[in-house]
Amino acid sequence: MNTVTTDDGHQPQDSPPEAGDRPTVRAGFMPLIDAAVLIVARERGFAAAEGLDLVLARETSWANIRDRLLVGHFDVAHMLAPMPIAAKLGIGHVRMPMIAPYVLALGGNSIAVSQPVWEAMCLAHGDEPAGPGDTSRAVAAVARSRRAAGAEPLTFAMTYPFSGHNYELRYWLAAGGLDPDVDVRLVVIPPPYMVDAMVAGQIDGMCVGAPWPSLAVENGIGRTVTTKAEIWKASPDKVLAARAAWAETHPRLIDALIRACEAATRWCADPAHHLDLADLLARPAYVGVPAEIIHRALTGRLKVAASGQWVDFPDYLQFPTDGGTAPATRHALWFAAQMLRWGQVPNAAEAYAAAHAVTRPDIWARALGRELPVPRLAPVDGEFFDGTAFDARDL
Amino acid sequence: MSEQSISVAIIDPNAVRAAILIEGLNAAGISRVSVIEETANLLRRLVQLEPDVVIIDLESPSRDVLEQMFQVSRVVQRPVAMFVDQSDSAMIQAAVDAGVSAYVVDGLKKERVKSIVDMAISRFNAFARLQKELDHAKNELADRKVIDKAKGILMKSRGFSEEEAYALLRKTAMNQKARLVDIARSVITAAELLG
Repeated sequence: MNTVTTDDGHQPQDSPPEAGDRPTVRAGFMPLIDAAVLIVARERGFAAAEGLDLVLARETSWANIRDRLLVGHFDVAHMLAPMPIAAKLGIGHVRMPMIAPYVLALGGNSIAVSQPVWEAMCLAHGDEPAGPGDTSRAVAAVARSRRAAGAEPLTFAMTYPFSGHNYELRYWLAAGGLDPDVDVRLVVIPPPYMVDAMVAGQIDGMCVGAPWPSLAVENGIGRTVTTKAEIWKASPDKVLAARAAWAETHPRLIDALIRACEAATRWCADPAHHLDLADLLARPAYVGVPAEIIHRALTGRLKVAASGQWVDFPDYLQFPTDGGTAPATRHALWFAAQMLRWGQVPNAAEAYAAAHAVTRPDIWARALGRELPVPRLAPVDGEFFDGTAFDARDL
Repeated sequence: MSEQSISVAIIDPNAVRAAILIEGLNAAGISRVSVIEETANLLRRLVQLEPDVVIIDLESPSRDVLEQMFQVSRVVQRPVAMFVDQSDSAMIQAAVDAGVSAYVVDGLKKERVKSIVDMAISRFNAFARLQKELDHAKNELADRKVIDKAKGILMKSRGFSEEEAYALLRKTAMNQKARLVDIARSVITAAELLG
């Protein structure tokens, strides 16, 4: 755990005012671009303006973030959106009542494959496949011919069993006709090690948050094939999670933090700040990759191939300013449905109840003085790339 | 499962800390202890070792790798986090505070698991203490060198004896409510500036 302090040698000119007697809120984060809202809340003074001393600690694993939240090293954390549901259910771990009162970002993930797999996909497709539909069918063809030839199955890396990465990757593979538990091998690799694993030939593809897929492209070993935003439109990837008991006993702190996050979200969403934001996140104490690579994710203009092909993904990573930071029951239910689909949880009623329990738009509304958002449970047109309708009304 | 047959895998890049943990486990009668330093082929190593207990440094990014293996793998037995038993919240706290975590296969006797995890906690804590003492000793040594250099400057430029030079440094530090080593540093800086 590296606590980001003022003596890290990278303190900006406009550092927040002295902490003084402001109450401390401790937050864990992973080195990913979508930790931006918490980082900006601290570094641009939004937390201080709300009377908080927001202390950030960079972590090395999602498991650590969960455990440190559990034992009280952290009050809140940057967390994969499905994790609070899994924690509430106690899958593979002690049951831990958690809440998600705020969405830190939408989208942000992409799928990249190695250059040889990309070439095989082009052969299978007859041309360069484009978009999640074409690429999912092409990768399925490659995986099947591998199996037929008795070769090792394709290995895809993602970041955690309870993550948007895992579910989006599985959704994309399954839409192309593959059984992700049979036809390919899925492994977890921490984001900062993904590129090395691809260089070493240990993985053929990855589904991971920005900026890591861009690094694979930059190194000439990978090719971006599709994004989370293309697979599942306007969907959350990370939430602000808190221990339910802590949020219960510290309503003023959680409300102040949500207001600071909302101000930080607006700041992050402003294109005029993208260069500054990229510089801030590039620091070793935060994400620690070149600002130029981070800037691409912020603008949604991604280099998809080392040869220099650029594609615009307008919704690649969003800091939503239209009320989209409210956690939506619809999204939590979809994550619970994926846990059921892939056999991570046996009991549907429990899974859906947990999704309802952790999703707390009421706290979001209270903190920001907004109306409680009306849940959208009926199918949403064009939500999923394969045209499947997700109806959350009967769950 | 008899005690002798328990197998423990340690995932810790710090060889010294791993060694003191092995020593402790061996002393407790557990002889089948392996260290996994290289995490690139973690799954293969775990399949070979078939550990009943995996002890892992919290700083290791491989924790998430392990949790996935235990979710899906058909090749390794399914260890689960030590934290599954709700009653062990004190142990959870102690382990996370110490910077260690453990995964344990189902069916292992609870007391046995507890003694192994307690051992890991105490050895991690002991190592952290040693590390702190070592850092402290290193700092003291460095401070001592700075003070000696400042004394040398005063002896040369003012013709002081060593005792006189030290007394002046100490008196100045007390008057200025500063640390001796900080005063010594300013003497060195001043000497460098003034040639």
